[in-house]
Amino acid sequence: MVGRSLTLSIFCHAVLLVGAAAVCLPLYFALVAGSLTLSEVQQTPFPLLPGAHLVDNLVAAWNEGNFSRAFLNSIIVTMGIVVGKLVVSLLAAFAITYFRFPFRMTAFWLIFVSLMLPVEVRIIPTYEAVADAGGPLRWVVGTIGLGGLVESLTGYRIETALQWNLVNSYAGLILPLIASASATFLFRQFFLTVPDELCEAAKLDGAGPLRFFWHVLLPLSRANIAALGIILFLFGWNQYLWPLLFTTGPEMQTAILGLKELVPVSDAAPAWNIAMSAALFVMLPPALVILVMQRWFTRGLVDAGK
Amino acid sequence: MPAADGSIELGGGASRRSRTSGGLALGRLFPSASSAGLKTAHFKQPWLAAGLLAPQLLILVFFFFIPSYKALSLAFVQVDPFGGIQIFVGLDNFLALFASADYRDSAVFTLWFSVVQNVVTLGLAGLFAFATDYVIRGRGLYRSIILMPYAIAPVISGVIWAFLFNPAVGPIAEMLQAIGIPWDPNRRPFDAQLLVIIASVWKHVCYDYIFLVAALLAVPASLLEAATLDGAGHIRRFFAISVPLITPTIFFLVVMNFVYGLFETFGVIDAMTRGGPAGATNSLVYKVYQDGFVQLDLGSSAAQSVVLMIVAVVFTVLQFRALERKVNYGV
Repeated sequence: MVGRSLTLSIFCHAVLLVGAAAVCLPLYFALVAGSLTLSEVQQTPFPLLPGAHLVDNLVAAWNEGNFSRAFLNSIIVTMGIVVGKLVVSLLAAFAITYFRFPFRMTAFWLIFVSLMLPVEVRIIPTYEAVADAGGPLRWVVGTIGLGGLVESLTGYRIETALQWNLVNSYAGLILPLIASASATFLFRQFFLTVPDELCEAAKLDGAGPLRFFWHVLLPLSRANIAALGIILFLFGWNQYLWPLLFTTGPEMQTAILGLKELVPVSDAAPAWNIAMSAALFVMLPPALVILVMQRWFTRGLVDAGK
Repeated sequence: MPAADGSIELGGGASRRSRTSGGLALGRLFPSASSAGLKTAHFKQPWLAAGLLAPQLLILVFFFFIPSYKALSLAFVQVDPFGGIQIFVGLDNFLALFASADYRDSAVFTLWFSVVQNVVTLGLAGLFAFATDYVIRGRGLYRSIILMPYAIAPVISGVIWAFLFNPAVGPIAEMLQAIGIPWDPNRRPFDAQLLVIIASVWKHVCYDYIFLVAALLAVPASLLEAATLDGAGHIRRFFAISVPLITPTIFFLVVMNFVYGLFETFGVIDAMTRGGPAGATNSLVYKVYQDGFVQLDLGSSAAQSVVLMIVAVVFTVLQFRALERKVNYGV
């Protein structure tokens, strides 16, 4: 044990207490503001203790922001992102590390390249891609002359069948966010550390690739899947720019968007009490996840380097 | 990847030798290219592999490659917002962009915002990590609390801080005004910039903190004990032994902080200032959104996207450099 000094100990505790206070105080003030009436929130000096209207405000915020629907949307979209990305990435990483096939390295680089451009820098073309997901297929059909051929044979226009507008749909909210290969890359790194003997033994026992994947590889990856699942949950729940662009009506709004709508703009009545009480329940699900599953999460985050 | 290359010679030998002895020297020319990152014990069902890869590749083609290609091609044409008429204009969009004072202001703000955010975040996280490493009692509790903002969306961080510093009702703004500071982020550009930095740092310190705590834990106790025997104090040990050993982590975090500052603070800015007042907090990413979706200047917006793409590629390369170094040093 390295020697310790009392002054340094006290200093460190002081630093950490200040840090903890800096994290907690804004949240505490949000709670206080969320428990006041509209006139109380505007008074000076600002009250230091919570008022008596927290439940009223929560109910008002919940109804005003249409959060029953928004929470449902958020849960569906978040789960879609978590499950979709995990499944797609696990399969792709398995194919890339455990199979020899033509163009293997091409596939790897195609996936790897997608790590480079975050969603934010290609929002407009991605918006177009989502608004017209069938566009590229129509182009292919038109270019190779298949459309004309089918039309002349059957009188049916393929082009009209290929009009998919994903704006305001769950697919439009989920799919573009799955389209990054960070998770694939992580699972690949993990699979490379799995002992080769396991696969050899499975092959000797006559197991095919899918059997090996299901009974050996997946159980081994459980810790990684859990950690990445938590990170993806936070990522999905806290998405803002995508849903902002891809939803136009209140019925497809996510919880984060609903909260943003409640924030008073300069010329409206400053209903910060409603906005703050909404902030409380919108950040509750991710906060619970991180508190309950902290051990998995910190390990996964550091392993992932994400 | 060198480890994977070495093991190929041992295991995959049988099939390789038969192919190369057939007179095809390609395998020998690019030995690592064909089997880098392939398990020694592997399967050979190309169709099954294609099936497993298909979902990932389809999603990437539709929502990554086609949009990225379009972003690139849009940057070189002029499009009117309502019709599909496109005229090839070469580099005009870029020239107009770099000539625009708005864009240069935005770039300057983004740069200094990212640098300040980076330094403050890393400094605070380093201080907290050092303290966490030192204390014994309450370590887990401190860690859980300081971690909390990781769960909170940048927008929510923005909304809460916008409230605290709101000149009409915010408790902190009230205190500032009480001591005579005319705080008003809606009118004073510097106040708005400061506000954006505070909310961004508050949300991001936890990220650096997690990595630094983990890195400090991995510093070998034997080295620290040896330094103690040589008479080095705690602070000296931290700066002379721990910090050099965790440099790769710090480098990685610097890169990640820049990525966060550049790309992920959209929500903070949109919730707090909407780029204002008078463009004072208009970061490059926020400007892409503003010009493309609000003002429908697609050509300029696409050119801005391409500039950001180049920046993003540079940072990704740096990030992987950092990860490699982390592995090599074993910290």
